[in-house]
Amino acid sequence: MEATGNILFSGVGGQGILLASEITALGLLAAGFDVKKSEVHGMAQRGGSVTAQLRYGQKVYSPLIEPGCADIQVAFEMMEAVRYLPYLHKGSKVVVNTQHILPPAVATGQAKYPDNVLDELVSREIEVVRVDAFDIAREVGEVRTANIVMVGAMAAFMPVDGAIFEEAIQTRVPERFREVNIQAYRAGRALRS
Amino acid sequence: MTKISENALWMSGNEAIALGAVEAGVKVASGYPGTPSTEIMENLSTYEGVYTEWAPNEKVGLEVAIGASYAGGRALATMKHVGVNVAADPLFTAAYTGVCGGLVLVTADDPEMHSSQNEQDNRNYAFAAKLPMLEPSDPAEAKEMLKAAYDLSEDLDTPVMLRITTRVSHVKGVVQKGEMVTGNPACGINKVPQKMVMLPAIARGRRVYVEERMNKCKELAETIELNRIEEGDTKRGFITSGVSYLYVKEAFPEAAVLKLGMCWPLPEKKIREFAEMVDELFVVEELDPFLENHIKSMGIECIGKERIPNQGELNTAIVRESIEQEQREDLFTPVQLPMRPPNMCAGCPHRGIFFNLSKLNVFISGDIGCYTLGFLPPLSAMDSCVCMGASVTVAHGMVKALGEGSHDKVVSVIGDSTFMHSGVTGLINSVYNESAATTIILDNRITAMTGQQNNPTSGHSIKGEAAHEIDLEGLCRSIGVKHIFVVNPHEVPETKKALKEAIALDEPSVVISKAPCVLLPEMKERKPVSYFTHQENCVGCMACIRLGCPAISWTAFAEGEAEAKGFRPKQKGVSKIDEILCNDCGQCASLCKFDAITRKEEK
Repeated sequence: MEATGNILFSGVGGQGILLASEITALGLLAAGFDVKKSEVHGMAQRGGSVTAQLRYGQKVYSPLIEPGCADIQVAFEMMEAVRYLPYLHKGSKVVVNTQHILPPAVATGQAKYPDNVLDELVSREIEVVRVDAFDIAREVGEVRTANIVMVGAMAAFMPVDGAIFEEAIQTRVPERFREVNIQAYRAGRALRS
Repeated sequence: MTKISENALWMSGNEAIALGAVEAGVKVASGYPGTPSTEIMENLSTYEGVYTEWAPNEKVGLEVAIGASYAGGRALATMKHVGVNVAADPLFTAAYTGVCGGLVLVTADDPEMHSSQNEQDNRNYAFAAKLPMLEPSDPAEAKEMLKAAYDLSEDLDTPVMLRITTRVSHVKGVVQKGEMVTGNPACGINKVPQKMVMLPAIARGRRVYVEERMNKCKELAETIELNRIEEGDTKRGFITSGVSYLYVKEAFPEAAVLKLGMCWPLPEKKIREFAEMVDELFVVEELDPFLENHIKSMGIECIGKERIPNQGELNTAIVRESIEQEQREDLFTPVQLPMRPPNMCAGCPHRGIFFNLSKLNVFISGDIGCYTLGFLPPLSAMDSCVCMGASVTVAHGMVKALGEGSHDKVVSVIGDSTFMHSGVTGLINSVYNESAATTIILDNRITAMTGQQNNPTSGHSIKGEAAHEIDLEGLCRSIGVKHIFVVNPHEVPETKKALKEAIALDEPSVVISKAPCVLLPEMKERKPVSYFTHQENCVGCMACIRLGCPAISWTAFAEGEAEAKGFRPKQKGVSKIDEILCNDCGQCASLCKFDAITRKEEK
């Protein structure tokens, strides 16, 4: 592997973005890559827009993705799939959870949630993969595994054996939640087979 | 932290520093929570064999560490960049006394102000206090440099600062487990007044020593492995340190680099040697031209802040583009979207206070914590915010300036932890100097913004063990506050009455708003009970909407829709509670005058 791979995670505080990015990182480490991941804590959480940046390759220096260089974006909310557009390039893949979460200005009637917001990506030749992660997680039996469904859906685009992410789930998720998270991961991954 | 092989760990910079402290044999560690430093102490408190504590503020934390050092133990103090301002008093004099056991202060700076009120560059403290400072680039280096800092501290008889930034603290990477340092001397009482009693006559002697020590440290900087020349293309050479080094390595992988792991004092000979090696010399650093100014004062030509921004974080693209003086033009521009700022949680007790304050015609002097979010719409109920503890004192100063008749014009709001940090001294001043401002203490039982840390009012230690719980009401009474109101902020109208009564008084008054943070484990583990709307009763008055609760949303009616659905023809819409997001506080129900909001029966 020559170039460094860049994965951007985006969503709303509380959606399990840090765990999803953590599972991804552990999988890539197991596959033999050097990995760095950057998060922001504190004021940036509390229901605000949240990102995690993950970079992997032979040797990774910077923990931050350069604008225009994210190969994959895993977006946990529709509008949050579009907010970080400057990080993407033509041909980037955006795996997006089709959930809407209303920001305060929309919830209080001051602003409108944009219609067909993903068209902003499609029209710029960005590949959009829609995932009804919330419904899939509900079918699996635990709505809180929507974040792991998203990891599964993303894994289909990764140059590594999908089983490594299952091992990462085994390592990182407490025992009583492991099985349902593995199921969620598989359901996400099965979307593209 | 996750183990990825026998000796390799996947961990954040803060976790790595905690592990480094354990490997270095640190005996005592004290700190005050502050992003991005908090997880150092949190992680360290999970290890055996090291005493850890949350101090009420950073000055206390550093002084505790100084004491532990005087007793011969290796000691650590952790804080965010602005915390060092609070701890600066002991820091500048500890620089004179030096240490017995190694003493390290970790300063976690926050370029870009992800979670801070200013962007100060704490490398300036190393210069001003005459102390060595080490600056790691990533988690693996952070651990190794902390250990090196202890050796340096003991070898040179000096406190050492370790400066990290958000992109070291909150970056995860691979870290190798190291050897545990053994053979640290046992602790004991050792009276050395010529070193520890900083009276003027003795301090003058130590002042001379400080200069000798820094000269020795400069010599050491020439040979220490942390400062290294990485050979490469000499057309352009880069002097850099900290996280900026990583951006240089990516932007200019072939170039010669002088990496300064010790960013103060500087190795002048090595810098000269490097400058002579390269055709054009660049200094790449975040924030202030710290290295640059000192290098220029050596008479060495270099290019720095005339190209590299002096504000915000750097990244690879910024470094490349400012050196090349070329911008990428193929980037997508952002699309206009509704903002998604952070918000107080559903069920947050602070909301009840700020909702009420937004209706009272007062100047609201704010402070540092989750409640600073009371500034944001729709509550928009904060008029100033300076630093930890400043709410109380700023309010007092305003009342004094405004003069007679201003007693009902100004209030201050401050959290429990911030009040312990430095609010109580301000309140003492208010009582002593006869202020008429009202102080509102938001007691949510925890230091919430930084992620649920215990404090002297929460009844638990850093390890979660039972600890003495300060009685806020008793404390305020003991310093002389005669008018104290304790309210449940979820009872919104009741709280308003108490606030109005307190504000009307022409003497110091305190309102204690008492309700636990909804993120506390005991609150999260409650049986889920929520409120719901009887939409048929909703008249669309928006009283609940104006709380700005994330669980309540507004659905606007299209033309004719209200009538078709059996509402008043002019009704603009209805509100709805998301029962999954609702945290059962009942503030909305206490405001609704139309019986449209009811609590669900226990499920």
